[in-house]
Amino acid sequence: MKSERHSLAAKTSVRRVWEQFVQFLLFTCAFISVVTTAAIVFVLVTESIVGLGDSVAFFQQVSLWNFLTDTKWAPQYGAGEFGILPLLVGTMWITGIAALIGIPFGLATAIYLSEYASPKTRGIIKPLLEILAGIPTVVYGYFALVFITPLVIEPVGRFLGIQVDTFNALSAGIVVGIMIIPMVSSLSEDVLRAVPRGLREAGYALGSTRFDVSVKVVLPAALSGVLASFLLAISRALGETMAVTIAGGVMPNLTLNPFEQVCTMTSNIVTMAGSDSPAGSVEYRSIYAVALTLFVITFVMNVLSQFILNKYREVYQ
Amino acid sequence: MELNTFENLISKRDGDSPETPKTGTAGSKTPAPKALTKVETRNLDFYYGPLQALFGISMVMPEKSVTALIGPSGCGKSTYLRTLNRMNDIIEGTRITGDILVDNEDIYASQVDVVELRKKVGMVFQKSNPFPKSIYDNVAFGPRIGGIKGKSQLDEIVHRTLKQAAIWDEVKDRLNSSALALSGGQQQRLCIARTLATNPEVILMDEPASALDPASTSRIEDLIFELKKDYTIIIVTHNMQQAARVSDCTAFFFQGRLIEFGTTKSLFTTPREKQTEDYITGRFG
Repeated sequence: MKSERHSLAAKTSVRRVWEQFVQFLLFTCAFISVVTTAAIVFVLVTESIVGLGDSVAFFQQVSLWNFLTDTKWAPQYGAGEFGILPLLVGTMWITGIAALIGIPFGLATAIYLSEYASPKTRGIIKPLLEILAGIPTVVYGYFALVFITPLVIEPVGRFLGIQVDTFNALSAGIVVGIMIIPMVSSLSEDVLRAVPRGLREAGYALGSTRFDVSVKVVLPAALSGVLASFLLAISRALGETMAVTIAGGVMPNLTLNPFEQVCTMTSNIVTMAGSDSPAGSVEYRSIYAVALTLFVITFVMNVLSQFILNKYREVYQ
Repeated sequence: MELNTFENLISKRDGDSPETPKTGTAGSKTPAPKALTKVETRNLDFYYGPLQALFGISMVMPEKSVTALIGPSGCGKSTYLRTLNRMNDIIEGTRITGDILVDNEDIYASQVDVVELRKKVGMVFQKSNPFPKSIYDNVAFGPRIGGIKGKSQLDEIVHRTLKQAAIWDEVKDRLNSSALALSGGQQQRLCIARTLATNPEVILMDEPASALDPASTSRIEDLIFELKKDYTIIIVTHNMQQAARVSDCTAFFFQGRLIEFGTTKSLFTTPREKQTEDYITGRFG
């Protein structure tokens, strides 16, 4: 028999203080990423749209219209020409080729791993894909420059009778596509595997082949997550820097020919940052304008993928 | 297993369903008009990896009748049911010995196309599992993968099977809205319609009403009674009243073995085995 009742009153205030301290600590950690994002946006905006104090921002010197419509990017040439189009087109080439390679291969890998592979096979392939994801991007760039271009692209170019630049959009795009395969496959595989087993069984019980179940049951049920993985992978390709700088070149080039050298927004930022443009000059500030453009594009992509993911999240219980 | 032979069973049956012709009394020498055997298993052993889950199951299920499989959890009745359309094939490491015959055809024979088998032997699951698609697309799924493309043909199948599954009146105005918006009982009837749409001859039901309220359960039971006229139904159930209400024959499973199999009436009123009696009187299980 218990003689005393257990009191519900707090024994010490230490526990309460400790709890509050922990909560504060965790909040601070979460807040740091918010502050960092805000700080980056602040820098991009003050350097490119509205200058702080007496400093002059990029768009106060170069009109937004010229920035968006000029077909030449030559910041260090004469008074400088700041048309983002060549960089935008360079980025689109890389991203487009990468998506063309990375999405189908990544999705096919995801379907294979989720619907076809035995646990043993999956146990071998998944770590290999993770290794692929862990290779430094500079290695990929070098791989594109010394293997893909001379051994794949140049023979194809010779066959087609097209002059192939040492640096070209195609090799950079292919290698970025290979880089995003693990991202597409691992994110897509997660959402495919999350599709309830009951739906697969229903599919099989109705006389579906494994392919029918994969493509007509599982994939549609997981479509939102799969699309979100595509968008995230495309964002990654948009922001990829090192590999495209090494393999794709640094010469701004408004071209429709992927065998030519291009310069992406990211490569441009790298080369400009490494150049001897004096801080505060307009060509130096152009870095921020380009970065802001890139930020807006990737931000929109990420918001879009979140939106798609949330919209269809409750599609199955 | 001579006690479980089909003639023996039929001779004891007292069901008056017109589709299953009555036979003479047991032991009668005059050849009785035989109801056809639809599904039969002979000495069926089943293994999950090294674990044996079924031991020598031999059973005969007559055409256009309802056979209930009862028994405590883990007794192997669902496993047995899932061998009949080879659903266990999709589970890694399962193995089977013995024979399963549907219309006297060995369904594990090498030339059997499992896709065709599953069209012939449809299945309804415990948890209703409509696809996250419209009501129409759910029902049309089976016919479509079977190669039927014509709109009018699909319309006709959707209309007919939803009517058969007694859900047409509730959904006819919203065939294009999501199946997931339906209630649990409606979803289950939709799943039955979806199964009917592939034109099965045998329907396996794995506790189809266990997650439903009493009203929905009774609708499903009425439906089973209707479907029996055209289909051979094999149903796993935990609910003994349900087995008694809907089935013609009942099989009692325990620890992977078939303990007793007979007409539902005889099994529930005069069980031969002590274990059966203990189970149906609620002494265990």
